[in-house]
Amino acid sequence: MAHISTQVCSKGPTGTGLAMLMAFRSWHWLLLVMVLACSEASSYVNESSNSTAQQAPDARFAASSSDPEERISVFELDYDYVQIPYEVTLWILLASLAKIGFHLYHKLPHLMPESCLLIIVGALVGGIIFGTHHKSPPVMDSSIYFLYLLPPIVLESGYFMPTRPFFENIGSILWWAGLGALINAFGIGLSLYFICQIKAFGLGDINLLQNLLFGSLISAVDPVAVLAVFEEARVNEQLYMMIFGEALLNDGISVVLYNILIAFTKMHKFEDIEPVDILAGCARFIIVGCGGVFFGILFGFISAFITRFTQNISAIEPLIVFMFSYLSYLVAETLYLSGILAITACAVTMKKYVEENVSQTSYTTIKYFMKMLSSVSETLIFIFMGVSTVGKNHEWNWAFVCFTLLFCQIWRAISVFTLFYVSNQFRTFPFSIKDQFIIFYSGVRGAGSFSLAFLLPLSLFPRKKLFVTATLVVTYFTVFFQGITIGPLVRYLDVRKTNKKESINEELHIRLMDHLKAGIEDVCGHWSHYQVRDKFKKFDHRYLRKILIRKNLPKSSIVSLYKKLEMKQAIEMVETGVPTCAAFPSQEPPERAQGIKRLSPEDVESMRNILTRNMYQVRQRTLSYNKYNLKAQTSEKQAKEILIRRQNTLRESLRKGRSLPWGKQAGTKNFRYLSFPYGNPQSAGREARAAEFTDDDGIDPGFRPLMYSAHSRAGSLQEKRLTQAMIPMKRLHRGEKALSFSYRSNSSWEEHVGWRGMDAIRPKPLFYAVDEEYESGEQTEEETSASGSRWAPEHRHSREHYKSHSPLLHRK
Amino acid sequence: MGVSHSSKEAWERESRTDFWWRQMQEGFMNKSDFNWDQIKQLHQRFRLLSGDQPTIRPENFDNVLDLESNPIRSRIVRAFFDNRNLGRGTGGIAEEINFEDFVTIISYFRPLRSRRNKEEAEMYRREKLRFLFNSYDQDGDGIITLQEYRRVVEDLLSANPQVEPAWVRSIANSIARGALKEAARASNQPAEKGQPYQGITFEDFIKTWQGIDLEVKMQVSFLNLEAKALCQ
Repeated sequence: MAHISTQVCSKGPTGTGLAMLMAFRSWHWLLLVMVLACSEASSYVNESSNSTAQQAPDARFAASSSDPEERISVFELDYDYVQIPYEVTLWILLASLAKIGFHLYHKLPHLMPESCLLIIVGALVGGIIFGTHHKSPPVMDSSIYFLYLLPPIVLESGYFMPTRPFFENIGSILWWAGLGALINAFGIGLSLYFICQIKAFGLGDINLLQNLLFGSLISAVDPVAVLAVFEEARVNEQLYMMIFGEALLNDGISVVLYNILIAFTKMHKFEDIEPVDILAGCARFIIVGCGGVFFGILFGFISAFITRFTQNISAIEPLIVFMFSYLSYLVAETLYLSGILAITACAVTMKKYVEENVSQTSYTTIKYFMKMLSSVSETLIFIFMGVSTVGKNHEWNWAFVCFTLLFCQIWRAISVFTLFYVSNQFRTFPFSIKDQFIIFYSGVRGAGSFSLAFLLPLSLFPRKKLFVTATLVVTYFTVFFQGITIGPLVRYLDVRKTNKKESINEELHIRLMDHLKAGIEDVCGHWSHYQVRDKFKKFDHRYLRKILIRKNLPKSSIVSLYKKLEMKQAIEMVETGVPTCAAFPSQEPPERAQGIKRLSPEDVESMRNILTRNMYQVRQRTLSYNKYNLKAQTSEKQAKEILIRRQNTLRESLRKGRSLPWGKQAGTKNFRYLSFPYGNPQSAGREARAAEFTDDDGIDPGFRPLMYSAHSRAGSLQEKRLTQAMIPMKRLHRGEKALSFSYRSNSSWEEHVGWRGMDAIRPKPLFYAVDEEYESGEQTEEETSASGSRWAPEHRHSREHYKSHSPLLHRK
Repeated sequence: MGVSHSSKEAWERESRTDFWWRQMQEGFMNKSDFNWDQIKQLHQRFRLLSGDQPTIRPENFDNVLDLESNPIRSRIVRAFFDNRNLGRGTGGIAEEINFEDFVTIISYFRPLRSRRNKEEAEMYRREKLRFLFNSYDQDGDGIITLQEYRRVVEDLLSANPQVEPAWVRSIANSIARGALKEAARASNQPAEKGQPYQGITFEDFIKTWQGIDLEVKMQVSFLNLEAKALCQ
């Protein structure tokens, strides 16, 4: 099937003259034709048996009982029974295969946006259907679009919205997305109305309302393709968020406007529309929006609350998320509120809490399912757009089409440059002219405006065909011309890039800065943006979290995952005994040669994960949004990798340990496993650390005297820990106390002396941890911070925690 | 503006009779970018914090309830009394600060005027970075050592009540270590053999901030000050 899809797609490039996939053999064509023929034959069957279609299911069951004389035929075809799901399945399959094919050739996605290819595929299918004189398929109607195709798309963009930068820029985003859509809609509508007044064009029968409606639908931009380009070119965050916010809010605003204008058109007689009605329309616009957001937030909280109780039936967690989002949409639509805004708000609200409540697998499921649904519906819409391009339902009017195209560009330019001129007055870093030009250029129309045009009721709009044609032309122009050229343009203009280095320092600095600013604002008694957020965080921590999030929750998903994996690994190791000491070639020499050790990107990434999850102010990295694909699950992979690496170091140390001069080393393995059931990453980390240390002993001979030095001091403490934690593993627990302590002293030595030489130590497992100051380190630290001790009293209590801490066992 | 009218008048009356007030007016107008209204408001706030005393002591910051849950509270308070930030020598902590000092500290957070020339902007950025560096480098030796960095990370992580303190400790260590390595890599200190990286110097510190729009992040717009807000 993959071949077929490639074939399907390869027609795209050849069709546009790119001719890059000509190497395909002819039997691919055969297969393609077979698939298409199959679906068309079935629709042919359907047409021919149209008259009996209604009775078909009845006949199916009646046949066996009431017609005994009829023989049982060996082969029967009952297409009508399965027709609708069958066709839907075929369409979805076609859409997905087209996508697969698109991504098979790896250069293609960089060359043009995905939507281009999908439209081309759709046009080809449409051409075949049209060429074989079939009716065009029952593509879309209003209810299908609004009830099934639109919600997943909106839900997805709401759920994956980068929360923090969005709310940081919310003023500019609302100003631009909201007012921009309105200016565009009314500007285009009014100017087209003036064009229609010119007799020569023969457009006199299009009245003002119809023009406004057309303006509202044509102003719905869909800059998904642009976002992909931005991501690739790494444009600065502000610019990215502007376009993202527009993508998110624009649909909602256009649809609300569209629906209100449809309602006005239904009133139709112009005499009836009075200023009061227009005022009511404006009020309604606000009510519809705010009401939608209200219901969204409400349902978001409800679903977050419900996921609190699903720990025993985690399989239905994704269901809760999807159903409640959908319910918010439906409820809002029932009340004539904006379902789009409702589902967006719902997703944004629940995301944070749901993510903490649901299990890791459910979380993954939710993400993938959401991507899948939205990607399928969007692909379907684009393909339908292609299909409906070919056919007789067009009305070409040079004037209308050209002026539409012209006005779209003009009004977009006007709205961008005026609105950003105003909002720049309030920004520290204004949008440069280049940025504004890019925003202007990113006005790509997409599935939304086409669907809205397609759904215009023919009874109210006699010139619907003209509208559809004009919309198609604008969409094609923007998707193909602008969509393909914006990538090179961004590169050519050299827009200010985001500085997206993988940097732990920056992560830390930014967080420190947040707290610092909030603190200074507190001191000055100043209430601002930051404080609003700070207050919300506090409120969130104090109340919302308590209500919405499970009590005995694993601390955060990465921590819990980490512990789980570690535990599992430990048990496995205990069960299988010593891992076989196959040769694990040491990687030290090249690393040492480098002098300063490099952090691998994965290390940075996982550190960032920890930071992001555990810090007070959650900051998700923004620019990782991709409409169609999810990034590979890093955390899980990461944790596994850490374990594997740790195991390697363990093995290695064991291997070395046997050859080491002092005898006790051979016994270390027992202690290693013993320490695991603490579930305390520290202990596990410590021994990895210790293991490392034995590796390095050739280079640092100075540590050996230290090994047994601090016995008496910490002996009691060690004793306590062992007896406290080691019940299930008693059999392994023999005479290791002394030795186990030696690890601790090793590590503390390492802290004092060795860390200076860290650049000479080879890469460690990420989560290695040194509990250096429980004994000696703590004291020196106290000394060094003696002057500042009254500033930092919170360091002192760490020892208490240390004693009482044995999380995994206690939880069991 | 939540400032009630009567208190404003009373304050102005008093300030007119005050001798130092005239001096301060002259001093401040040149020194900082604040305008007169902002200084008035800051003064009001200062008096509220100090309890009408001429100076503020660290204990006075206990009055700021909202500061309570700030994970880096001690650092913030300390920054106000740090001699380096106050421009009085290279280390140590002042016992108390007067209004002038208070404004000096706050002025680290003043927004950048957009039409500045390049050198001035650079100066200004450096100033802010110096302030930040001081809040990392608590012992004032010009180097952020691992210990110091780790304590910063611990402070930050401690804000999340859901994480176990013991775990915070270990994870803070590895994070700080990673951050330091990263800084070491970016540093152009000559990496001699056997002479490992000691800690982050100010120059290296500037490098680690390169990707951040400090001018945007580190500013508090004082135009909407409310002196009475949220203070006991």
